[in-house]
Amino acid sequence: MINKVRAFGAFWYDFIIGDDWRVAVGVAFAFTLTYIASRATTAAVWWIVPLAVVVLLPLSIHRVTRHTKS
Amino acid sequence: MSGSALFIAVFLACIVEAVEALTIILAAGTARDWRSAITGLFAGLLTLAVIIAALGPAVSSIPLGGLRLFVGGLLLVFGLQWLRKAILRASGNKALHDESLIFQTELAAAQQAQAERRGLVADWYAFTLSFKGVVLEGLEVAFIALTFGSNQHNIPLAAAAAAAAVLLVVAVGVAVRAPLARVPENSMKFVVGIMLTAFGMFWGAEGAGAHWPGSDAALLVLIPAIGLYALAMVALFRTKPVKVPVPAGMATSQGGTH
Repeated sequence: MINKVRAFGAFWYDFIIGDDWRVAVGVAFAFTLTYIASRATTAAVWWIVPLAVVVLLPLSIHRVTRHTKS
Repeated sequence: MSGSALFIAVFLACIVEAVEALTIILAAGTARDWRSAITGLFAGLLTLAVIIAALGPAVSSIPLGGLRLFVGGLLLVFGLQWLRKAILRASGNKALHDESLIFQTELAAAQQAQAERRGLVADWYAFTLSFKGVVLEGLEVAFIALTFGSNQHNIPLAAAAAAAAVLLVVAVGVAVRAPLARVPENSMKFVVGIMLTAFGMFWGAEGAGAHWPGSDAALLVLIPAIGLYALAMVALFRTKPVKVPVPAGMATSQGGTH
């Protein structure tokens, strides 16, 4: 039973989070920051998420290529 | 977002996953038992329909702001996963997705498994192989179709795009009775990854309280900008193509596995 629950959890983790949990955490952080900033200021906050993507994507690819090369 | 963009995104995502599912079903049917493989296909489609019927109203009942944040987050994480794999393949850091080789691998594994009858299913292995293929490949598409459709208040159009893609792949699959190795799957995955990332960013940021300059027109900048950035990543990380050792008896394939 425990194994089945574990397998069920592992499936959904793999399905939603995928190969790199840092990307999911980074996305969640960017949206949280956008939400807080939009409440705290009237300045434009739309750039936070694109900036997060610009940083997260190469970092995630670099992690894979570094392992491949080593 | 226009209806055509919604249709294209769901259609392409669905083509990619349907081609992968077809390869698995073909392997199960060819190596084992067609009746069990087709039973597995319909059981898988039924399971997907139940999941969509259960999740559809739940997703639609979320308030728009919360929905956009939730959907945007999900699409952005999916999009970055698709895009990363596409970039790794295009830059030679990961073997290209090759349906012929995957078919041969599945075929070899299916031929070695023991036959077992369970209830109405003559060959349990063929049934489960086909069932898993349909459910696992279909689930992601179901999420994409459901989230895109509910956000645009146009689930029927998203469902039509998904159905059109499945019907097209099934029709071609039945006609050629072989894995659809000529479908430019890697390029399509690249395009879908760009679209998921763009819409995920747009909706997610809006749901979190941001206002995009130009409102919906911002997407016309976001999509090409992400495309160009992804191409720059391909150039930055480009290396020699990954060589995958081809197992004995699979000399016809030249690519790599998933």
